[in-house]
Amino acid sequence: MTARAGRKRRWLGAVAPLAVFLPLAAALYAGFSLRDPHLLPSALLNQPFPPFDLPRLAVADRVDRAALVGEPRLVNVWATWCPTCLAEHGELLRIRAQTGLSIVGINYKDERQAALDWLARHGNPYDFTIVDQHGDLGVDLGVYGAPETFLIDAAGIIRYKHVGAVDGDVWRTIIEPAWRALQQS
Amino acid sequence: MIRGSIAGLLAVCLFAATGAAFAASAIDGFELKAGDAARYQRLIGTFRCPKCLNESLASSGAPIAVDLRRTVRRLIADGASDAAIRTHLQARYGDFVLYDPPLGLRTVLLWLLPAALGCAAIGVLIRVARRRAAQATEAERAEARRLTAR
Repeated sequence: MTARAGRKRRWLGAVAPLAVFLPLAAALYAGFSLRDPHLLPSALLNQPFPPFDLPRLAVADRVDRAALVGEPRLVNVWATWCPTCLAEHGELLRIRAQTGLSIVGINYKDERQAALDWLARHGNPYDFTIVDQHGDLGVDLGVYGAPETFLIDAAGIIRYKHVGAVDGDVWRTIIEPAWRALQQS
Repeated sequence: MIRGSIAGLLAVCLFAATGAAFAASAIDGFELKAGDAARYQRLIGTFRCPKCLNESLASSGAPIAVDLRRTVRRLIADGASDAAIRTHLQARYGDFVLYDPPLGLRTVLLWLLPAALGCAAIGVLIRVARRRAAQATEAERAEARRLTAR
């Protein structure tokens, strides 16, 4: 073995472990810290909104999945016990008033009277609100906390799911473009 | 003394376990048969609470875990198989709820990387060992030359 080959081999020996370690460290860093581990990808993306048969808030009747089809809508899971729901409420009111996008509420694991009072106090952006008192529809939707907001198309297919507050930024950068695209298709 | 306290501890554990089983079989009107109660306890240990990152449905007190335990009880009461219950939760909450991730595009590295790294390490070890063996024989040859040159 020549001296040059020996040096090359030593150099390779020093670099090879690094070449294995650095990508691994980068992948683990990205996996563990760049992404919020609390955000789960929705298993229901591009799936039909699950069937349900539940009472409505404020109106003494029941609704099912058919009430959601016909036009693109936001379906917003909210509760009076959820502070983030109150934080996003102003944006939902603004979206409903300024864009005309239909918003349907799901009152999630809540008290009926408290929910009615809350809407009376803070304003009502919802075309109607579905009462999911025990969270069964929530389970079918893969909901693991409120607020969660679904964008569904006119056929009732779930096109986007947002976990956490819908603020102006989320609206402008994600939901509005997705909704406009649905309107054109 | 120690034996007595261990027996006491065992009794408490047994009591807690049966208490949990009884409590589970009575909640929400989803009555579980004795065999199903054990199956229920085993099943909820295999699912992860979606809200709490690393707690099983069995150990979490989060409201969503309560709902999902109720869902599992309902499915058991409906006569669903273990696989059907697994599919039911996976369809709604994704692979995240499963404590043993299935082999797929996103998890293939998870399954293959340790084996691949292990094979690479063994390969490196073999090469190093061979080179050392070759060096040893070279040294021996030099020693032989030195001895024969005299």
